[in-house]
Amino acid sequence: MQNPILKVEGLKKYYDIKGGPLGIKVGEVKAVDDVSFSVMEGEILGIVGESGCGKSTTGKSILRLVEPTEGKVVFNDKDITNLNNNEMRKLRRDMQIIFQDPYASLNPRHTVEKIIGEPLLVHGMKSAKERIERIRELLEVVGLSPYHAKRYPHQFSGGQRQRIGIARALANNPKLVICDEPVSALDVSIQSQILNLMEKLKDEFNLTYIFIAHDLSVVKHISDRIGVMYLGRMVELTNKDSLYDNPKHPYTQALLSAVPLPDPDLRRDRIILKGDVPSPANPPSGCAFHTRCPYASDICKEVRPEFKSVEDNHFVACHLYG
Amino acid sequence: MSEIVLELKELHTHFFTDNGEIPAANGVSIKVHKGEVVGIVGESGSGKSVTSLSIMQLIPSPPGRIVSGEINFKGENLVRSSEKRMKKLRGNEISMIFQEPMTSLNPLFTIGNQLIEAIRIHQKITKKESRQKAIKMLKLVGIPRADAIVDEYPHQLSGGMRQRVMIAMAMSCDPELLIADEPTTALDVTIQAQILDLMRNLNKKENTAILLITHDLGVVAEICDRVVVMYAGQVVEQGTTREILKNPQHPYSQGLIKSLPKIHEREQKLYSIPGIVPKPKTGGIGCNFAPRCEFAFERCFHEAPELYSLEDNRKSRCFLHDNNEGEVKKHAKSDIES
Ligand SMILES: Nc1ncnc2c1ncn2[C@@H]1O[C@H](COP(=O)(O)OP(=O)(O)O)[C@@H](O)[C@H]1O
Ligand SMILES: Nc1ncnc2c1ncn2[C@@H]1O[C@H](COP(=O)(O)OP(=O)(O)O)[C@@H](O)[C@H]1O
Ligand code: SF4
Ligand SMILES: [Mg+2]
Ligand SMILES: [Mg+2]
Repeated sequence: MQNPILKVEGLKKYYDIKGGPLGIKVGEVKAVDDVSFSVMEGEILGIVGESGCGKSTTGKSILRLVEPTEGKVVFNDKDITNLNNNEMRKLRRDMQIIFQDPYASLNPRHTVEKIIGEPLLVHGMKSAKERIERIRELLEVVGLSPYHAKRYPHQFSGGQRQRIGIARALANNPKLVICDEPVSALDVSIQSQILNLMEKLKDEFNLTYIFIAHDLSVVKHISDRIGVMYLGRMVELTNKDSLYDNPKHPYTQALLSAVPLPDPDLRRDRIILKGDVPSPANPPSGCAFHTRCPYASDICKEVRPEFKSVEDNHFVACHLYG
Repeated sequence: MSEIVLELKELHTHFFTDNGEIPAANGVSIKVHKGEVVGIVGESGSGKSVTSLSIMQLIPSPPGRIVSGEINFKGENLVRSSEKRMKKLRGNEISMIFQEPMTSLNPLFTIGNQLIEAIRIHQKITKKESRQKAIKMLKLVGIPRADAIVDEYPHQLSGGMRQRVMIAMAMSCDPELLIADEPTTALDVTIQAQILDLMRNLNKKENTAILLITHDLGVVAEICDRVVVMYAGQVVEQGTTREILKNPQHPYSQGLIKSLPKIHEREQKLYSIPGIVPKPKTGGIGCNFAPRCEFAFERCFHEAPELYSLEDNRKSRCFLHDNNEGEVKKHAKSDIES
């Protein structure tokens, strides 16, 4: 598990804010602001953080579904940041993405067969017979039946639609799958079915996942390592047990303490943060968390803390660990 | 126990659609005592919102209608109350907050205007005094820059801020009962913690009874005294929060709790309930949960179980609690324990 399959270095994605009748740029949203991490082959790297902190943008920038503003993405030792469209299309065989709302990403006018068959065709499976065989196989793998192939997305429940999304992502045997909140919209009883399915598929097909979520229990369950994002930055990254047993960043500590646990015997000291997350169009100076941090000191307002290793495999961006 | 504020008796709220009659609330009985926080949990479509809208007499009609049952609020059956009477009760003795506060805030009026209006319905004070009071309420629910925000419009606020405004409104009329339908579902956890804190304070300081609807068992553990579990339009289990979470009796509640990834445990594979979440329907025979239940036996597919009363005021809708099913019960027990 020691080879990085993916390296993200200094990734930035700023979206322009346009205003006025002429659509002139009036500012920028720093959706992802200098994020670096690697993903080891065969691991599940979780990314957590509250809405708007830049998780999806990070995922999409890796696949170059949005163009990074700055930084480098290295996949299998190959810098893919400057590949042209054609080369990128080929590469997307190996890198896939699954979205939160499978409904929005499945064409309502296409049958399941067409939806799953499409990526097969794009990547050169010309024979219809072969495709139908493969579609049947994929449906089975994700726990659906071959007769589902002729149906349309609206004829399925949320959980089943997510299974279709997964089947489509797996069609061409990818190596890395970016899972963007794949279970967030599902009911608890269905969520556990899909989580189990994803774990099974990972083992069966030697997949590597980046698993994006805002539910900390879900991320803890499925991940090997976890990165915590706040306002476009990664503030902590380590293996899951260190993160949950020994969170170092004040934001991680607050986030973990805020999760309501379904166990009346687990009473904890809650750190209630004040106020809202600031706007990424105008992030605070220095450490982006300083406006809400209970430990903030003068340096936090002025200097952005470096994201660095403070213990073995434990990265934190916070002046407390200077 | 203290006096009962709200009591639903066999509430049936059905929808009459092109696809037939949907018993969204299919004989729901719930009690809420003074100062108590009762949670209704269940997956999507189980009838939680329909139950709460029925209490407020806000079921869209057509297609919906309260077909039978009683909703007694401090001794008054709301099913029989006039719209004029309901208008008086709503936002006065009974307040409601929703998942998306935007739907209950008027986008055309400032936060201050709406709060002031709510305050002046209940208190005979001048406009100026009520404005001061509005600012005080906003500060109380943790809104920064309250003296500026009071003149802003709902869309200028974040989701968490809007929910706080709703709570300020609810508090300003000092209701007997607060119905909160998924009030934190759209919010991030750190903001959710703030809102739950506010609701807990409202309950403790003003002794306001709260009926909290949620699908999150974590939220339930945080603030509820008692829990009602719904499945396909029916109550399947009820008991104290501790009993339900620690020692669930109904196979559905058991499955639901086992399906949750636990932050403090290292589980390899999650338990999962097979099948899909059903919609309430008429004409079904047998137990609604039977097709997904690992303990289901012959009888479950032919006959609908009643809500059996167990010790300590607990209830569970499952034949395993029928004393005549001794053999099956033993089976089920050993299955659970293994
Ligand atoms: N296409 C876009 N144009 C402008 N701003 C965007 C766009 N997509 C996302 N953003 C902004 O970037 C920030 C990060 O968004 P996102 O990556 O979706 O966060 P997350 O997935 O963590 O919720 C947010 O403030 C969001 O509003
Ligand atoms: N306006 C409506 N028209 C038809 N059916 C409805 C309507 N509102 C709710 N229902 C039905 O009532 C059931 C319960 O809905 P609801 O109470 O909103 O569930 P939840 O537990 O998710 O809040 C749904 O499964 C749906 O079939
Ligand atoms: S750097 Fe400072 S403000 Fe930021 S989290 Fe650490 S202590 Fe808090
Ligand atoms: Mg996202
Ligand atoms: Mg609802």
